[in-house]
Amino acid sequence: MDVRLTTSFLHLRLPTPLVLASGIWGTSAALLVRAAQAGCGAVTSKSCGPEPRRGHVNPTCLDWGHGLLNAIGLPNPGAEAEVAVLAAARAALAPLGSALIASFFADTVANFGRVAAVLARAEPDLLEANVSCPNVHSEFGEPFAARAESAAAVTAAIKEAVPHIPLIVKLAPDVPDIGRIAQAVVAAGADAICAINTMPGMIIDLESGQPILANRRGGISGPALLPIALRCVYEIHQAVPHVPIIGTGGVTTGADAVAMLMAGATAVGVGSAVYYRGPEAITLIRDELTAWLRDHGHTSPEAVRGLAHREPVYDLPPSPPPFPAVHGAE
Amino acid sequence: MLPQATRIEAVISENARTRTLVLAAHWQAEPGQFLLAWLPRHDEKPFSLVDDDPVTITVAAVGPFTRLLHRLQPGTRLWLRGPLGRGFVLRGQRLLLVGGGYGVAPLWFLARRAMAAGAAVTAVIGARTAAELLFVTRLAAMGVHSLVTTEDGSLGHKGLVTDVVEPLLAAGTVDTLYGCGPHGMLVALARLAQRYGVPAQLSWEAYMRCGLGLCGSCEHEGRLLCLEGPVLSVSPEP
Repeated sequence: MDVRLTTSFLHLRLPTPLVLASGIWGTSAALLVRAAQAGCGAVTSKSCGPEPRRGHVNPTCLDWGHGLLNAIGLPNPGAEAEVAVLAAARAALAPLGSALIASFFADTVANFGRVAAVLARAEPDLLEANVSCPNVHSEFGEPFAARAESAAAVTAAIKEAVPHIPLIVKLAPDVPDIGRIAQAVVAAGADAICAINTMPGMIIDLESGQPILANRRGGISGPALLPIALRCVYEIHQAVPHVPIIGTGGVTTGADAVAMLMAGATAVGVGSAVYYRGPEAITLIRDELTAWLRDHGHTSPEAVRGLAHREPVYDLPPSPPPFPAVHGAE
Repeated sequence: MLPQATRIEAVISENARTRTLVLAAHWQAEPGQFLLAWLPRHDEKPFSLVDDDPVTITVAAVGPFTRLLHRLQPGTRLWLRGPLGRGFVLRGQRLLLVGGGYGVAPLWFLARRAMAAGAAVTAVIGARTAAELLFVTRLAAMGVHSLVTTEDGSLGHKGLVTDVVEPLLAAGTVDTLYGCGPHGMLVALARLAQRYGVPAQLSWEAYMRCGLGLCGSCEHEGRLLCLEGPVLSVSPEP
């Protein structure tokens, strides 16, 4: 039986459930197209904000052995300039059938709405509100994703500014109850959830005694993040079972993607994998996912979605008749 | 790979705004590959390798971090990540190396490898003015046939490296063209290489941020220079 990776996500039919995660490659139309050609059913642009930003000085990204740690600091050309990048990407993606997700952030609730309205001019298929970047604390304070109230306020402001483009809200893992935050943003109008952003962390150089990242702290991604992401996606799916989730965090193999679907994700984000396995990672994950589904008798990713939430079914023979009573025994 | 602490062994003054740092690190690397040099609480920047054993970089003072590197004395610590990226590959026997400004630095490493492999090496070295020319005497001392151009005519041919390169390519005596320098120079070299059907390997400069092929800061025509470059091949048009 043939496996078809085509995935329904809100109003869209994505060629595959794989999504290029925000912050990976998303700086240019050429790289977004490359990710789509490699096998992403949707691609996310690098988060853009109200004004141009240079980002943090280097070092901005490290491989610490079990994962990556980054604090790039949201460099971006500003919303006005981003419109042209998104429009070029959208035009180039159209023949491939892959969707364009425009990621953005802002410093205030009102500015989230303003940036969304600017980006909407490029007509991306989806908007993704990055309310969870862990690396701009010193300027922006606590991420909006840290509390249900602030996450919901941002969501409502964006939906009011741009009601016609479906909104994904990207959540942070370092909260006591991510399910509660998911419920709050969905109640405020979010159409889908992306989970998770990176997990805050730090690596220290022993010779200098200094944190290596210029920003001191950064976000953990890569293999170390996978179990945290699976737990978060699982809890979000429990909290808002009918809301599609892009499960992102540490997926580097087709097997990881299967696990993410089983946790309840509809689509699967790919990011740091392109470091661990090279730019071919996207194609490798797509092919491994297809092979796994085929080998297990499934025809679509949908077949395994949410399996982790259901009782396993054992293929047992009919119960044997009860033992006959033995007469005459003690 | 986390940054590894090493020490500066020697400092060589190359010209008015360029110094070479010889480091107490010993790698196996290809010419054209680069490293990231870090000073905690300051910055981390990419530099082409000028040698791999000992690891050597040539630093032009162009900003606060490179001016700081110029003040470092032998014995000072410096932290390195590398070798990173893809370098030059030796192809053919008659090689033309074209360097503009401090783009000459990795070509000196390449010239040494090429000479050791028995290739005939010609170098075209360009700069705005004679005081900014780099490695002219080093290359000549190694037996590389060197041609010099300066934009102000203070030494050698007055004009651009491409003025000198074009007739060499037209003569059909170049197996591979290697280039490193400013963006405009590389675009012009790529055009010449295609026009004359000469395979070229060009090293593009970009701001390397993550250095891991992830962030997209160094993107050049859909390629990630930190990972798939900085050296990209230009195939002759069929």
